[in-house]
Amino acid sequence: MTDLLEIRNVWKRFPMGGLLSRAHIDAVQDASFSLTADKPEIFTIIGESGSGKTTLARMILGLEQPSEGEILFKGQSVSRNMNREKRLEFMSQVQPVFQNPFEAFNPLKRIDRYLASTARQFLKTSDRAKIDAAMDDALQKVGLSLKEIAGRYPHELSGGQLQRCAIARALIPNPPLLIADEPVSMVDASLRMAIVNLLRSLRDDFGVSVIYITHDLATAYYISDRLIIMQKGRIVEMGDARVVLSDPEHPYSRLLKASVLSSEDAGQGKLATNPDMVAEANRLATMPSSRLQERPDGRLVRTYEGA
Amino acid sequence: MLSVFKDLIRYNREFTIGLLLVSLIVIFACLSFFSPYPAQDIYVVIPDQPPSWQYWFGTNSRGQDLFWQLSFAFRNTLTFGIIVAVLSRLISITIGLASGYLGGWVDRILMFFNDIFVAIPIFPILILFYFVLRSDLNTYTLAVIMACLGWAFDARLIRSVALGLRFREFTRQAIFAGMSPRKIMMEEHLPYVMPIVFSTAMANMIWSIGFEVTLAVLGFTNINIPTVGTALYWANNHSAMVVGVWWWIIIPVVLLVMMFLGLFLLAVSINEYIDPRSRLRRMGS
Amino acid sequence: MDTVLDVKGLKAYYLMKYFGISREVRAVDDITMSIRRNEIYGIAGESSSGKTSLIKVLAAAMRPPLEVVDGSVRYHFNGEEIDPTTASKEDLKRIRWKHLSYIMQGSMSVLNPVRRIERTFADFAKEPLGLSGPAFRERVEQHLSSLKLPPSVLRSYPHELSGGMRQRVTIGLATVCHPEFIIADEPTTALDVVVQKEVLSMIREIQQKMGSSVVFVTHDMSVHANMADRIGIIYAGRLVEEGPTRQMFFAPKHPYTAHLVASLPRIGDTTQRPALEGKPPNLADPPPGCRFHPRCPLAIDKCRTDVPPLETVDTDHRTACWRWQDVRPLDGAPTGKMEAQL
Repeated sequence: MTDLLEIRNVWKRFPMGGLLSRAHIDAVQDASFSLTADKPEIFTIIGESGSGKTTLARMILGLEQPSEGEILFKGQSVSRNMNREKRLEFMSQVQPVFQNPFEAFNPLKRIDRYLASTARQFLKTSDRAKIDAAMDDALQKVGLSLKEIAGRYPHELSGGQLQRCAIARALIPNPPLLIADEPVSMVDASLRMAIVNLLRSLRDDFGVSVIYITHDLATAYYISDRLIIMQKGRIVEMGDARVVLSDPEHPYSRLLKASVLSSEDAGQGKLATNPDMVAEANRLATMPSSRLQERPDGRLVRTYEGA
Repeated sequence: MLSVFKDLIRYNREFTIGLLLVSLIVIFACLSFFSPYPAQDIYVVIPDQPPSWQYWFGTNSRGQDLFWQLSFAFRNTLTFGIIVAVLSRLISITIGLASGYLGGWVDRILMFFNDIFVAIPIFPILILFYFVLRSDLNTYTLAVIMACLGWAFDARLIRSVALGLRFREFTRQAIFAGMSPRKIMMEEHLPYVMPIVFSTAMANMIWSIGFEVTLAVLGFTNINIPTVGTALYWANNHSAMVVGVWWWIIIPVVLLVMMFLGLFLLAVSINEYIDPRSRLRRMGS
Repeated sequence: MDTVLDVKGLKAYYLMKYFGISREVRAVDDITMSIRRNEIYGIAGESSSGKTSLIKVLAAAMRPPLEVVDGSVRYHFNGEEIDPTTASKEDLKRIRWKHLSYIMQGSMSVLNPVRRIERTFADFAKEPLGLSGPAFRERVEQHLSSLKLPPSVLRSYPHELSGGMRQRVTIGLATVCHPEFIIADEPTTALDVVVQKEVLSMIREIQQKMGSSVVFVTHDMSVHANMADRIGIIYAGRLVEEGPTRQMFFAPKHPYTAHLVASLPRIGDTTQRPALEGKPPNLADPPPGCRFHPRCPLAIDKCRTDVPPLETVDTDHRTACWRWQDVRPLDGAPTGKMEAQL
């Protein structure tokens, strides 16, 4: 089995306060996991703001340098200090999808320019016909066509269409890995499922692995194969998505699940949170020594010494 | 482009007034090409004549027809201001965008030089140049020197906008679309700093012309080249106000104010038109 | 029925002119609704559906280019009638905070970053409450403690508080004068799930305690499911369906609502969710007839030409659809029991 992506004991530390201050904050603590190249999957990173999920994604994209540990993509180390040639090579393999579709393209520029530039750079061609074919091909994968998009400005499209264009652009170099950072949190409800279903079809029909970063447990359950749940920089639970979310073990995972607003009991005004659960989850976040332990069903759960 | 002009004239009063004032001055400056007298000749007409049908702006104590003399002066002054504005805009766009987008040590080095240029006293340096170059200090040399001194503040402004743009998602999209830094700066970010470039170009022209006038009035430029500054220098030299030749001072000052006002109105209205926000609103988003 | 707010045939358009291009955006187009005393009315709609413009009109925060073209808005406070679109500045000032208040999305837009929280409270609430010094302070502290906030927050600056705390402070600010009508515009959108639930339950609790009416705006249907007593769905500037929460979720009578509630994924359910094709209409050039028809699976010829009226189909339940009798819950729709509390 070969690894597509391997995260080895990665830490990210940001200094806090002024130049002279020694204080720092651990945005990501000792994260390890790997994605195999043999079978495409949707790997979800769940976390609230401040959990370190975005920092982790930025490190995988080579936009941030890990303080400790190593990130390997197809056996090659990913670093912020890659030269342009190496970076272009890396970018043709790993592509991002960002959070806000309305910000994804420069509002003063036509959308197709980004697609064309991607095709020109990564397919190493300047043949107009080839570029158009690559653009149309990628747009077809997301349910659009070059005819609809050519010459359009961002404001002429809906959020859902823009996000699909962004995904199409990312797909042009045929990357084996897509990093999607909260791709649906700013898309309207009626268009959201189209994007989520699209991510699923990328895995099933085109063999693209997706790292799906979200705070929404419901969509995570809906599309992902495996997931990790992060709390304040630490992975607290990792395993098969359906297994973990149906019956979370770590107190923080349980709290997250309990906080999901359900439409099953609409109109009953069920909003109470158990304050003990919140307190317990917060207490564990500050415990110093802990490690991930394997459970019989294959999941890893963080356990704490003296807890 | 032509339809843009038509739109602006029809729907924006500031633009119309500004265009009118600036065109008047430009036409006036262009008339110098048809002047019956060479620019630097003196005692070609009767001195100290008040404005009349024969001499529209009167004549000065050096025996020059002020109408033709001032048209030379405005041609030189306008050329000077435009050269300074264009050159210093080029420098500040390059430095501001590069500093803001590239960040890191590039930013630190560029801003180090930037701060030096903000801090150095310009006036003594210009006087120094005058003493070194003497009569070689013509309009063009002075323009280049002023351009090299007048970009720093605006580069900082442009840098602050570019810094904000650097973290916008579309910039990252452009990076992952394989665009080179130069392409990102020039094609993605430049439209956002154009309003600053336009409005600071205006301020820069006022600044550089003001400096030129000051230097000339004090006699620190080549006083034989007619500019608005040297016109005032000679007027002062001949005690124009004291001997009652008021038109020698009032007319150039009024024309100068007209020019500044016109440029200002143009800058404001063009600014509004090319501002990304209003552009987006017109595009209908 | 005891109503606090009556909106009749309200039309509010953006009338814009830029360099000769004039544009009319019909953000709110013929909306009729009324809000009762002591209820939470949820307004749901996508971005640029006109819900924000509607809220601006209701909150008397309307500024050009947004203008009321037709219709009326009437508040009934203490037997006094007031129209926020035509009322004088003095009248509006009199009712603000005391009768009508707001909870906004970003707490930072209400809380001045360089002032302690107590100063902000004094700025907003001292005059309407008509209390001075110690009495005012006592009242504020008492109110905050009912929101489980310690009195010490009054001495802090906004940046010293967490996002959830700040949002609770803004709720405290909006409710300290016991207003009869509260407009909550996406108050929990930027919050994390755990905090979101806390804040929501707090809004609900204090609403029930004070018996006031809340108009709660969000695009998130799962929030509405747990907050609202009644829900109104806005699509392309029109109210397309309105009814009790339970009926909206379990027996929707408009295809758009049916789609919205069915598209919510749930833990424990992997049924393929339907995605709605097409894009939300452009309000500057909306489609004729029913504005939903280009995306509607049930559309017939009539829908393309005739605007469906808002018909009453059940108690309190109105829908604007020619084919409402044929609307069925879609695959994946929640299957809660209608009878549970009826």
